[in-house]
Amino acid sequence: MSLPVYASPLERVWYYTRLVICALIFLFLIAPILIVIPLSFNAEPYFTFTEKMLAFDPTGYSLRWYDLLLTQPSVPTDVPRDAAWWSLVWQNSAWVNAAKNSVIIGFFSTIVATVLGTIAALGLSRPEMPNRRLIMAILISPMIVPIIITATGLFFFYSSPCALLNWTGLAQHCGRLTGSYLGVVLAHATLGIPFVIITVTATLIGFDQSLNRAAASLGAPPTTTFFKVTMPLILPGVISGALFAFVTSFDEVVVVLFVAAHDQQTIPRQMWNGIREQISPAILSVATILVVISIGMLATLEILRRRSERLRGVTPH
Amino acid sequence: MKKLLVLSTALSGLGFAASAQEIAVMSWGGAYATSQIEAYHKPFTAETGITVVNVDADNPAAPIKAQVEAGNVTVDVVDLEYADAVRLCDEGLLEVLDPAILAPGADGTPAMDDFLPGAVTDCYVATIVFSTLYAFDESKFPTDPPTTIADFFDTAKYPGKRGMRKGAKVNLEMALMADGVPADEVYGILETPEGVDRAFAKLSTIKNDMIWWEAGAQPPQLLADGEVAMTTGYNGRFFAAAVTEGKPFKQVFDGQVYEYDGYAIPKGAPNMEAAKQFLTYATTTQALADQAKWIAYGPARHSSGPLVGLFMDGKTEMGPFMPTAAENLTNALPSSYEFWVDRDTELNERFNAWLASN
Amino acid sequence: MADMSAPAGGLLTTSDGRPLKSALATAQKRAKRRAFLLVLPLLAFIVITFIVPIGQLMHQAIYNDGFSANMPRMTAWFAETPPGTEPDDAAWEALALDLKDAAAARSVGVVGTRVNYEMSGTRSLFTSTARGAARFEPPYRDALLAADEKWADPNLWGTMRQVSDAYSANFFLAAIDMTRDVNGKIVPMPEERQIYVSLFVKTFLLAGLITFTCFLLGFPIAHLLATLPMKWSNLLMILVLLPFWTSLLVRTTSWMVLLQQQGVVNNTMVALGIISEDGRIQMIYNQMGTIIAMTHILLPFMILPLYSVMRPIPPSYVRAARSLGATSWTAFRRVYLPQTLPGVGAGSLLVFILAVGYYITPALVGGASGQLISNLIAFHMQSSLNWSLASALAALLLGAVLVLYWIYDRLVGIDNLKLG
Repeated sequence: MSLPVYASPLERVWYYTRLVICALIFLFLIAPILIVIPLSFNAEPYFTFTEKMLAFDPTGYSLRWYDLLLTQPSVPTDVPRDAAWWSLVWQNSAWVNAAKNSVIIGFFSTIVATVLGTIAALGLSRPEMPNRRLIMAILISPMIVPIIITATGLFFFYSSPCALLNWTGLAQHCGRLTGSYLGVVLAHATLGIPFVIITVTATLIGFDQSLNRAAASLGAPPTTTFFKVTMPLILPGVISGALFAFVTSFDEVVVVLFVAAHDQQTIPRQMWNGIREQISPAILSVATILVVISIGMLATLEILRRRSERLRGVTPH
Repeated sequence: MKKLLVLSTALSGLGFAASAQEIAVMSWGGAYATSQIEAYHKPFTAETGITVVNVDADNPAAPIKAQVEAGNVTVDVVDLEYADAVRLCDEGLLEVLDPAILAPGADGTPAMDDFLPGAVTDCYVATIVFSTLYAFDESKFPTDPPTTIADFFDTAKYPGKRGMRKGAKVNLEMALMADGVPADEVYGILETPEGVDRAFAKLSTIKNDMIWWEAGAQPPQLLADGEVAMTTGYNGRFFAAAVTEGKPFKQVFDGQVYEYDGYAIPKGAPNMEAAKQFLTYATTTQALADQAKWIAYGPARHSSGPLVGLFMDGKTEMGPFMPTAAENLTNALPSSYEFWVDRDTELNERFNAWLASN
Repeated sequence: MADMSAPAGGLLTTSDGRPLKSALATAQKRAKRRAFLLVLPLLAFIVITFIVPIGQLMHQAIYNDGFSANMPRMTAWFAETPPGTEPDDAAWEALALDLKDAAAARSVGVVGTRVNYEMSGTRSLFTSTARGAARFEPPYRDALLAADEKWADPNLWGTMRQVSDAYSANFFLAAIDMTRDVNGKIVPMPEERQIYVSLFVKTFLLAGLITFTCFLLGFPIAHLLATLPMKWSNLLMILVLLPFWTSLLVRTTSWMVLLQQQGVVNNTMVALGIISEDGRIQMIYNQMGTIIAMTHILLPFMILPLYSVMRPIPPSYVRAARSLGATSWTAFRRVYLPQTLPGVGAGSLLVFILAVGYYITPALVGGASGQLISNLIAFHMQSSLNWSLASALAALLLGAVLVLYWIYDRLVGIDNLKLG
């Protein structure tokens, strides 16, 4: 989009104005994400740049908020940091526990979402799939329905999962799913599924069905065809779908607020508390860690995209 | 489905592996929760080996009611305001307690004589007396600082944003007191529709300058961040921010509203026995006195009074910061649970409609 | 149309002698079934963990047995008598005995709360009367009226008759600021209690405004990305995707840090002398906070569909228009812009749908004036505990979102939803 030689002076002015506007919008997009990084190293409990920070005085910076993440709420701070101390951190730090929960819940919900979603996407992208449009709409709906509705619905459903069977007299009492890992995992899997469906069906659009037929005609049973032919080609789509599903779970707070108990506190839940009450820079240090993680995810996704394009012989348009 | 079964087994196995005996106590977060963790939770765990998990809520009454009504109780002990405790007890949402589980005072006084009048009810044991009052940032008003509840509503003389709790309780009482009603007539007037109108009219005068807070930890934060010039809040939180963090917060005890706060056990608590054990432990003379080392709330037992000394920094005398200190009671209102038990729902409904209207 | 599979010489058959047409149909059916079987596990999963819970929620909007389950005698009396019947001795007795039982079972609060939803100010009547109910003696009418004269109010009896039916559309009425009068006629709520319609309107207006600002900010970026060489646009695309991949709570926190009164933006403006120390602008905990933060969060959902439509538009069209004498503005307006409309539609609809149901950001940065309908649903779920009203509000919101979703599917097609 370079400036054509025949541009009038007015167009020249507009051209540069536009570049400035775009630069400002990019700043709007990215500044809020980057701003938390330096502020998380603030030595003072403020959210602004102190004079020392602006002067690049090393004493204006510190790791105290990261340290706080390890020690809150009940890990002693005035003892040597030996193996015993770290094991205390591993067991007692609220943030470390939240991280463990986030990873456990994210991991299992990603597996459920990815497995079910990938299989369904294979069916959905077959040309003979009946009622494709309606079913697709239903499967994508968890992404569209406002999260507060999903969360409240799950709150009641999880309180007595078998209530609907009561009238049959089959299940009088079958426990509850609120306050359980399983409940949160199922809910997060549901929320992650649309992303898996979208990414995997997108990969399958470029997928040449004749490859499957070729494998079959050469005598490969369907499972072999799937693992040897289909899977390697759609793998990038599956992985990026899984990444989306994981991030969805990793970032989700409303369902956790409604259906989880204190045992299943995740990082976002812990942040929610912190933000509502006192946004100490400790929140910013968590935020920084999360930003670094999302940069990592983004890089992975970019690499996958390139690999997928190379494999499928699609050149960048 | 088989996959899910395997998964659920794996997950529940994980849960069992992690859990020794554990109870969850729901409280109000921030400095208050810290005082409870230090004075009750930690020593209790040290003595019994039962881990205590602190769960924060803006006002535990709502989540507890939701949990019991939906049959989802995950909390063993809950910290409630007096009126809420009476209301939830009336509605059958709290476990009825046998007063015999309470320990006698350290001086041997039977428990029921040792607690302050009314502090123990069918379902509830008060632990502290706390107060809602307002505080301001001294640096904002260096000369002629505000001294009365009327000053809080006077944005002409004391410009700046105000903070108040998002709810009807306490705000209506303060509005009437600021409107010139003496403390002992507040509830008489508030019982009439005209009185309620008058209170809302007074609140309306500063509605546009208002930032509403919900969690008790927010007011000191709002003051510290300069988001408000003055805000109502719980006296213990202001005290903690002023003394431990050296913030220039000044509390105004004129027009304060004080009441009990304490523990109850929700109906259907998962670890009932351990919960009762905790309740007994946390309401002993010594435990109540210990809590006052961490936050400026008065213990609800006579025998704890003499044991309250210095703040945990070892130099601040707690006495003058207690809501019940004589010099703080000149124009103070004891919150009426009789009034709020029945009217809480209606007045909050009115409050929310008022809030949403422009 | 001529049947191609049946040439003059008779039916085509497969090698085992079956007619080809039916063999093909069988194969087709089998293929259909196989495709459907692949989708079935997920469909069942979504129905159980998502559709059923939401259905249950909708049911709750029309069903509330707070009165009927706890006041059996009264419920029976109302069922037996036609509407408008004056309370007779049997009715007073039923009321007194039900109150006595409810007080003993500690369920009178639930009953009072249910009646109070329809007739404000009655909860205390139930709870305070029930406290003395154990001592009631016949004649019950006198005993009840001695406890509180409000029991004689025909409006109260009309309301109790309404709530004695567990199924009722009253919560939907309440959700659109309507109520029933004593004769069951639908009338508007008293003015000071009308909040929901205006909140719905505000939610839609704010969502529209946010969609518009997203469009204003997203269009130039998408255009720039679409017209730059691939190498550069891929690099700049990262600036769009990074926010997309960053935790919502992180982004909301960042805006709190930036916008609060002692925050980075205000401090910078004070330092530059744009505003005075006392003139710090309130940019957060109000509508402005909601709009700014939500625009930022939803902007990638606008840019990505716009970009995917703009990228394939050949630059030669605009050049051709220019060479035919159009000014650059005319060429843009008449030639380029119309080609981007599918992207504009897709992006705007998506942003609007997501904005209408937003919860977290308004809850954290919206203050009192920046709350949306989702926040009120949460309020009724978590604080006021009027679950039926919360469900009714949720049903209305869901209805609106589903209509938008249907439009989106018609216009854009769900298959065309792209992520990154």
